[in-house]
Amino acid sequence: MKHTLSVLVENRAGVLTRVTSLFARRGFNIDSLAVGPTEDPTLSRITIVVSAEDTPVEQITKQLHKLINVIKIQDLHPAESIDRELVLFKVNAAPERRHEIIEIANVFRAKIIDVGRNSLTIEATGASDKLQAMEDLFRGYGIKELARTGKIALSRGSRDS
Amino acid sequence: MSERMTGAQALVRSLELEGVTTLFGYPGGVALPIFDALYDSAQVHVLLPRHEQAAVHAADGYARVTGKPGVVLVTSGPGATNTITGLANAYMDSVPMVVFTAQVAQSVLGTDAFQESDITGITLPITKHSYLVRNPDDLAETIREAFLIATTGRPGPVLIDVPVDVSKAEFDFVWPEHVNLPGYKPTVRGHIKQIKQAAALIAEARKPLLYVGGGVLASGGWKELKELAELMQLPVATTLMGKGAFPEDHYLSIGMPGMHGAKYTNFAITDTDLLIAVGVRFDDRVTGKLSAFAAKARVIHIDVDPAEIGKNKTVDMPVVGDAKQVLAGLVAELRKADAEPRTEGWMNAIDDWRRQFPLHYLHNTEEIMPEFAIETIQRITRDRKRVITTEVGQHQMWACQYIHVTEPRTWCSSGGLGTMGFGFPAAIGAQLGAPDHLVIDIAGDGSIQMNSQEMATAAINGLPVKVVVLNNGYLGMVRQWQELFYGHRYSSSTLAQDCPDFVKLADAYGWKGYRVSDPALLEATLREAFDAEGPAIIDVRVVREECVYPMVAPGGSIDEMLGGVPGGPVSDMLDDDLIKEVWE
Repeated sequence: MKHTLSVLVENRAGVLTRVTSLFARRGFNIDSLAVGPTEDPTLSRITIVVSAEDTPVEQITKQLHKLINVIKIQDLHPAESIDRELVLFKVNAAPERRHEIIEIANVFRAKIIDVGRNSLTIEATGASDKLQAMEDLFRGYGIKELARTGKIALSRGSRDS
Repeated sequence: MSERMTGAQALVRSLELEGVTTLFGYPGGVALPIFDALYDSAQVHVLLPRHEQAAVHAADGYARVTGKPGVVLVTSGPGATNTITGLANAYMDSVPMVVFTAQVAQSVLGTDAFQESDITGITLPITKHSYLVRNPDDLAETIREAFLIATTGRPGPVLIDVPVDVSKAEFDFVWPEHVNLPGYKPTVRGHIKQIKQAAALIAEARKPLLYVGGGVLASGGWKELKELAELMQLPVATTLMGKGAFPEDHYLSIGMPGMHGAKYTNFAITDTDLLIAVGVRFDDRVTGKLSAFAAKARVIHIDVDPAEIGKNKTVDMPVVGDAKQVLAGLVAELRKADAEPRTEGWMNAIDDWRRQFPLHYLHNTEEIMPEFAIETIQRITRDRKRVITTEVGQHQMWACQYIHVTEPRTWCSSGGLGTMGFGFPAAIGAQLGAPDHLVIDIAGDGSIQMNSQEMATAAINGLPVKVVVLNNGYLGMVRQWQELFYGHRYSSSTLAQDCPDFVKLADAYGWKGYRVSDPALLEATLREAFDAEGPAIIDVRVVREECVYPMVAPGGSIDEMLGGVPGGPVSDMLDDDLIKEVWE
């Protein structure tokens, strides 16, 4: 089962290493990882997606808590959180097929951000299933390159304390 | 108020303000500014060992005996990497320690400069926390934080890497009023609701048992533990790390559980209906096959580290908190409820097992049995103020079985990491921390050679430690496993009883050296060595192929023990099916 951990850490050198090496050491594979600053410049948020059962995730969460630079950890439940990911697709697009691809992009509310002689680059954000659906469609045309940011997530507004 | 000084001076001043009086240090290139500053300190006494690893083990022994953090200073590169084993050992056994490593100048950091090593990177998994100090202005705050982190919550080693440009820089030193660690808030006080519920479980249990470890010693909670045990008449099993948390000559003490625990201890754990685990981590050497460990019991687990709760064993009643405070809370709750002990029948059952299955060995008038040697040490030193340290191996397990520790912080043994070479430097640190105690390192002929260079340190610094070498000419525990599980194929486990000649080695270092092989002369020789002025080593020639029994085969259930039946030959004790099962 996939877990999305939102880890609030002090924005200091080496903190990301401490977090990721802990996962490696305890035998966890990280599916995706995204790091960036928060509303407070002294803090960063690391969003980590891992596939594991509940008990090992509880253990890794407790171990993460022991890191001095970790302030707070949330195991975000899908129903109580929102998550997004940004993907860039560079898709094979001969001039005669461009409009099909643009249509698909429009359906998914994605943006065309670069047009090449034989390719289109599309920016899409959304939840994982939507991005997966796009990827499946574009694969029919040939995906030349693909980059994903990894998932970022927050708990829903109704969960504010 | 600020004062102009160098980073190195600030470091030393900070140590003084933290109350440090003893530092274990080995100098080298980029550490020189700090050693130069130490030269002026009237407060901080520097002990110079002969190897950085020994510096860390000595600091470890010092910390275990005094309860104060051990402090180490070494140079960069090899100096720093030589601390690794010591750090890992202290981390596994939760020993408070602050280790300073000097580092190359920041201008060349990351260029593979001479004697550069990424020590904060290397030690990431074996330190509680670590710092690379980038700016002298951060030094004092970093040091305050490091001491706080090392000594609170679950203690552990903290490393501070100090580039030489930081220790050379001049700046305005200010001692920070307080530290701010937003991510570090150990839960010390147990949740009152959980304590009440735990107390209720204890009050109603028919066969309760306390399983206690190093956490009780770290928290200073031995008085509270004794109160609880006596109030409810609870049998107490102390782990290797917990020795000294409860007096082992007490009628409620049932010894050490686990792989080499006595049968009665393991039977009691197997049969208990309420396991009260305090400051322990359900280590595999204690539990054996986890599913069979205390399988009939409900489990209360008290630990300051929430990550230990439920890590190995499912727990019915977790209490996160400092052992001392939680134990005091339990005593208060039980008193309030006028709880009465209900364990008379239970204690009788355990005593029956104790009579049926005592620790035992075959007596021998020709040669010295290793167990007899340890028993003799126990008998002739039990009434003295003493500290026992051990190395790792068979002698360590026999010491666990036959040395009865009655005072807290008088026992130092490498538990989690199992570090050969720990005991002797730890004895040096222990002697510094407890100058009026008789400090004895119980060693094997393998282990002692891992740090025997420290004989110079003891001699030069007038530290009268005694090293008893149970010399069987083998890596005894390795040989035992090879005998039991590898068809007597003694691959690379044979040493030589005569090499080195420990008496001559003693002479070379200005120690007293003794050798004894006659059981009739053992006691007199040990007495003479223990009473001699200055350090002494006693080469005790023991029966070469003795095994530590009882023994739980690795991965086996702890009530299925090999050996431990008085009079039975070893070959009868082996259960081939069990061994096969374990190894397949």
